[in-house]
Amino acid sequence: MDNIAIQADKLTKRFDDFTAVDAITFDVRQGEIFGFVGANGAGKTTAMRILCGLSRPTSGAATVAGFDVYKEAEKIKKNIGYMSQKFSLYEDLTVMENITFYAGIYGLSDREIKERGAKLLDRLGITHEAKTYVASLPLGWRQKLSFSVAVIHQPKIVFLDEPTGGVDPVTRRQFWDLIYEAADSGITVFVTTHYMDEAEYCNRVSVMVDGRIDALDTPSNLKKQFNVDSMNKVFYQLAREAKRSGD
Amino acid sequence: MRTLRFLLQKEFKQILRSRSLLISILMMPIIQLTLMPLAANYEVKNIAVAVVDHDHSSYSRKLIDKIFASKYFSGGSYTTSYSAAGKLIEQNKADIILEIPHGFEDNLIRDDHEQIFLAVNAINGTKAGIGSGYLGAIVADFNNDIRQQWVHASRFSDAPAIDIVPANWYNPFMSYFLFMVPGLIVSLLTGLGVFSASLNIVKEKEIGTIEQINVTPIRKYHFILGKLIPYWVLGMTVFTIGMLVSRFVYGIVPLGSIPMLYGFLSVYLVTLLGAGLLISTYSDTQQQAVSLAFFFMLIFNMISGVFTSIDSMPEWGKVMSYFSPMSHFAAVMRMVVLKGSTFHDIMPHFLAIVLLGIVFNTWAILNYRKTT
Repeated sequence: MDNIAIQADKLTKRFDDFTAVDAITFDVRQGEIFGFVGANGAGKTTAMRILCGLSRPTSGAATVAGFDVYKEAEKIKKNIGYMSQKFSLYEDLTVMENITFYAGIYGLSDREIKERGAKLLDRLGITHEAKTYVASLPLGWRQKLSFSVAVIHQPKIVFLDEPTGGVDPVTRRQFWDLIYEAADSGITVFVTTHYMDEAEYCNRVSVMVDGRIDALDTPSNLKKQFNVDSMNKVFYQLAREAKRSGD
Repeated sequence: MRTLRFLLQKEFKQILRSRSLLISILMMPIIQLTLMPLAANYEVKNIAVAVVDHDHSSYSRKLIDKIFASKYFSGGSYTTSYSAAGKLIEQNKADIILEIPHGFEDNLIRDDHEQIFLAVNAINGTKAGIGSGYLGAIVADFNNDIRQQWVHASRFSDAPAIDIVPANWYNPFMSYFLFMVPGLIVSLLTGLGVFSASLNIVKEKEIGTIEQINVTPIRKYHFILGKLIPYWVLGMTVFTIGMLVSRFVYGIVPLGSIPMLYGFLSVYLVTLLGAGLLISTYSDTQQQAVSLAFFFMLIFNMISGVFTSIDSMPEWGKVMSYFSPMSHFAAVMRMVVLKGSTFHDIMPHFLAIVLLGIVFNTWAILNYRKTT
């Protein structure tokens, strides 16, 4: 069981009579890049928010980094990183001030903040922008910075909610390089996306339709299973059945 | 503790970089306190009297001169008929009509008795009441003058009279500023505190950073302290600016202990910011927060006793004012600044804000959720 990072068993979230997440069961292995794809409103974000401890499930069970989502939400929070759909850096703080703030509240020492901050800026090639306000950074840089900040405390798992929305293809490619580096260093990556080319980069992909997981396997197995040549076509076949749409 | 350090660092940087917030914090007390007391003035001056003198005698002239010699009555106009004076009231050029009947002097001398007629525009009730009161006092005084002239022969008048000699305690010159400026400081501070604190937290909800904070191991009380402390410091600053303005512009020196005022303020701010925090936990957008804060500020202001007297409110108004933290601070400010009250005197108010502070803050913390 040591190499299981996330485990969900019949996990369900209901809002009044609307079932956003409908008894999903899956596990994610340590160090894996696990893709969560689905149409708008399929329940991806809700499922992710439950796993991050932002939302309480209605029923079912789940553990993240070995901790129970009902009872040990605060322990989970020490072991994960999170990058939301909404932009999460402070625009009226500089790049380095944002890094210092997030690293600080995760309990890094002053020396660690300085070292890791410098390394991060160097890796992103924005050392000269350390004192720039985040508000004046281009979107692509902000997204990469957001991701790097989300893993600065070297969490066991990082959750990415549509991290590359609105970003150009070159920046998306660079973004995925960062994801691979994080996975190589042992961080489990749980990522939701709309882009099927990104789904191809994942080790395993689950496809959510109307709150359920309708397919879960490696991209190549999924293509074989549906007898098509791209993840795009896998997605079309599954999403056609969807009854609900919109966010 | 370390977490708190980073939260505070961030919050202070953001506050110091927010130009609009700094302007309202530094400039508002100065501008409001220099302009507001001049405008929001209940002292009744410049009452316009329209005189209809049908008598044109030396006595009627004397009475009119006496009235216009007073600083309260100015811009008098003379008309020949009551209906012409009525027009002046309709046009808002006069507040009071004074009609002196024909034969005023003759009747007064012959019959020892005469009536004059006052008509008051009572749309502004305060002005009407005070104006006719002043005028009545002047006429009574005039009455005394002529009585003395006539009865000078006998030293002992057969008509007993009781004279009232008032002494105005705590505000001997009945200075309006002395009464109003401390109250305005309270009103200003309360508004700034409630609005800035509630808006700040809701802003984080709106831009989404609060969600990022909620997935970190930050504890609820760390986050709340990180928000309260900076605004507590701001409140202290606004108050200090207000006290400096009242000292150097109005020459108001508190009779009571200034450290005690700060002591009370330090608790008051915790109560106030708790209310701001509570508002923020019930709002998802800044618009909602402003509407809610505005609603409460209006009520706080109206029942605070700053602008009207709590003693003349109906019972339910008094009960409501007890639950408004602002009314306690307004009372304490005036007690300490004007009367030099001691801690023993302000104890009931102190206990009330401690109680309200516990309620607001507990409620806010319970209602602030990291998880939905």
